[in-house]
Amino acid sequence: MRFIRKTRYEQDIQLVKHNGQLFWFGLLLLAVLTGPLWLDRFLMGEFALVFIYAIAGLGLMILVGYTGLVSLGHAAFLAVGAYVHAYFLTLGLPFPFTMLIATLFSALVGGLIAVPALRMTGIYLAVATLAFAVIVEQVLVHWVSVTGGFRGLAVPKPELFGLNFAGPTAFYFMCLLLLLVCLWLVLNLLRSPAGRAMTAVRDSETSAESMGIHIARTKTLAFALSAGFTGLAGALFAHRLTYLAPDAFTIITSIQLLLMVVVGGLGSLHGVIYGAIFIGLLPQGIAIFRDSVPPALAQIPGLEPAIFGLILILFLVYEPLGIYGRWRKVRLFFEEFPLYRKSTYKRQKSFLRTERLH
Amino acid sequence: MEALQLLISGISQGCVYGLIALGFVLIYKATEMVNFAQGDIMMLGAYVAITFISLWEVPYYWAVPATILVMATVGVVLERVLLRPMIGEPHFAVLMLTIGLGFVLRALAGAIWGNEPRALPMPYVGEVLRFGDVVVGYENLAIILGTALLCLLMWLFFSFTRIGVAMQAASQNQLAAFYVGIPVKRMFSLVWALSAAIAAIAGVLTAPVSLVDPLIGFVGIKAFAAAIVGGFGSMPGAIIGGLLVGVVEQFAGLYLPPGFSDMSAYLLLLLMLVIRPQGLFATMQKKKV
Amino acid sequence: MSLLRAEKISVHFGGVKAVQEVSFAVERGEVFSIVGPNGAGKTTIFNLISRIYDCTHGQVFFDNEDITTVPTHKIAELGIARTFQNTELFEQESVLSNLLIGCHVHRRTNLVSELLFLPAVRRQELAFRKTVEDVIELLDLQSYRDQIIGNLPYGVRKMVEIARALCLQPRLLLLDEPSSGLNPEETDDLSFWLEDINQELGITVIMVEHDMNLVSQASDRVLALADGQLVTIGAPAEVQNHPEVLRAYLGD
Repeated sequence: MRFIRKTRYEQDIQLVKHNGQLFWFGLLLLAVLTGPLWLDRFLMGEFALVFIYAIAGLGLMILVGYTGLVSLGHAAFLAVGAYVHAYFLTLGLPFPFTMLIATLFSALVGGLIAVPALRMTGIYLAVATLAFAVIVEQVLVHWVSVTGGFRGLAVPKPELFGLNFAGPTAFYFMCLLLLLVCLWLVLNLLRSPAGRAMTAVRDSETSAESMGIHIARTKTLAFALSAGFTGLAGALFAHRLTYLAPDAFTIITSIQLLLMVVVGGLGSLHGVIYGAIFIGLLPQGIAIFRDSVPPALAQIPGLEPAIFGLILILFLVYEPLGIYGRWRKVRLFFEEFPLYRKSTYKRQKSFLRTERLH
Repeated sequence: MEALQLLISGISQGCVYGLIALGFVLIYKATEMVNFAQGDIMMLGAYVAITFISLWEVPYYWAVPATILVMATVGVVLERVLLRPMIGEPHFAVLMLTIGLGFVLRALAGAIWGNEPRALPMPYVGEVLRFGDVVVGYENLAIILGTALLCLLMWLFFSFTRIGVAMQAASQNQLAAFYVGIPVKRMFSLVWALSAAIAAIAGVLTAPVSLVDPLIGFVGIKAFAAAIVGGFGSMPGAIIGGLLVGVVEQFAGLYLPPGFSDMSAYLLLLLMLVIRPQGLFATMQKKKV
Repeated sequence: MSLLRAEKISVHFGGVKAVQEVSFAVERGEVFSIVGPNGAGKTTIFNLISRIYDCTHGQVFFDNEDITTVPTHKIAELGIARTFQNTELFEQESVLSNLLIGCHVHRRTNLVSELLFLPAVRRQELAFRKTVEDVIELLDLQSYRDQIIGNLPYGVRKMVEIARALCLQPRLLLLDEPSSGLNPEETDDLSFWLEDINQELGITVIMVEHDMNLVSQASDRVLALADGQLVTIGAPAEVQNHPEVLRAYLGD
């Protein structure tokens, strides 16, 4: 078991807490940076998708995990980012520029949504975001001049100074780089007053206000940041799809994003990564499942959402802390062996209605 | 006269929304959980009815109570297996759970009954009632009358029976209700049974009007919007919210550009959440410090 | 000139007059207690001062500035900190995080610099940490520093809530029933800490309390409240023997 002897405040503030972390994360970083050397084209594409999901997951985690605001319609921000990016690309703007515009525009929309959302809590907010997502979907279908409606919008290849960034290696590195940048930004957020304000709002609004935190501003910020990150992911996603249509951004997509965040482990960045890997690999897993199972079972349309649903249910009932939670329990078990107690992670249930109000 | 015709269609459709919304509100009032799969339970109810009537040739007036009984049992089973471990967990988790449940139910329905739309035969279908220029199909009439009857029964149940009062206690503080001898867990099962039964009735009533396929549960999302418009903790609110959404939808289809009628439930919802977040009838609570 | 002055403050909730025309003034550097039976409106007065409720009538002045309609989150900026009757801590965070949030009013950096974690942000974090550590040392919370609030015993939570209020470096501290749920030993410790807070840190304290020993030991003046109305203000001994107060507590 590792005991860290702290002698400086810096040790709590810095991102890498101790040598063990440095070693393992360094190894991981090395592995992903040298990806093209040991991954084939297909796997590089899959990894790039995982990175994209992770960026979207960061966005959703900021909102749900850290500020406690549930969003059932996050695919809308993905769509906004993707369409804005593609639209400006068709107008001929260089792609770093359009990505920036997509991110900022998405953040703006997020901030605007926050204005009515401030008056709502919990379930009402969740449904409002759902309603918002449906409305965005309708806008995508009907604003044909910009979005191409049902016929869709072709996404031009991202080229800069003649270099094609859509090739597997280049795309892989672009997604990886952006993910690392986003992770760094979010880690900074979490160790600074702005991030703490968000978790304060999640845990007790009354208390947060009495500590001088401006609730409305914090929530609006959370929405804007969340939408911004997801919008960036959307812009990258557009290149993955190469052809945008409204049916790529449905409620199923929103649920998938939530699944990622819940299954990965709410309230931690590790959770985002685990969740992204899970969601990225799930279609492959389902395909393998389909092959090894009698045709009657495999041919069910809606099998994929059903498996999502089943996994969601299993995790919520048996492992609400997600994959990261399970990992921590396993690790604690080995660290404290044979003194491990199950009650360390026993769930606190809240039965009083006012305990669950905010 | 077209307006009156639209009104009747709106009320009829609104009654369906209202019934599903009633199911939501019932579960919420008693257990503080939100059941996003309510629409899909309605879908299951419709399919069970089809099984009884079309596949097993049971006469309509026996099949309907049988369906209600079966679905009530399904409600109890769902509650015991999935929702009971979630008592005391944060709301968000239960919401996600029921969303997942919805996915599973839809796939299950598709697997058992296939994805082709089916019809539910009802006696008197095709016959109509005429008031001057206005034509009301018997199916619509059945929906409206059935809903009214159900509302009356529910009101009597909750106002005048011990169980109704006990349910309210359980919804306020589960631990305290338990301490005073209210069998909280049994209450929950009862509420889920009731909710599922109402959803089944909604399914049986609406199936003759529109064909039945695994995706008809999506009407539940609109019903959810209706429940919030009416005020989420209020049962009359659920019905009235449903009626409002139903009527607005019909008129939006006539007077507004295409696409708006589909969106109208959600626009109404957002409007209500902005102007009066607690809905038409309920009150929101703030934590007392 | 008094630090806090309440002039005829009232609040009505529908037909219930929770607080009726209460006036009092709290001097700089004193320890002022508010006592009264349950339901008298003591916590409600706190909620009025810290702007969680709006006054129906009357005014509140802090350092001669009218704060009757100031937005809730500004109260902390003005230098008023409070604790809550049923501890309102951030349950999923560690003690250290909770205390650091107490420093929020001293934040001088903006969002962009925080996202990039510029040197100014780092310096601010270190300064916050120093403040927090001083408070931890004052209240002996070292062993609880990294623990999650949800796992802490009740007595420790109460102290963490007071600690968090102190991290604000307030001029006025509102303590809502600080000794409720504490055993006699912990209550003794509390009275010493109250003395430290008041004398060493120079913080004016207003306290809602039921424990009359603690009140007579620690307070300079006491206000007795019953049914939302002021009964009397005076030195602890006077108030405790006042006939109206005795009637409110013990009945006729």
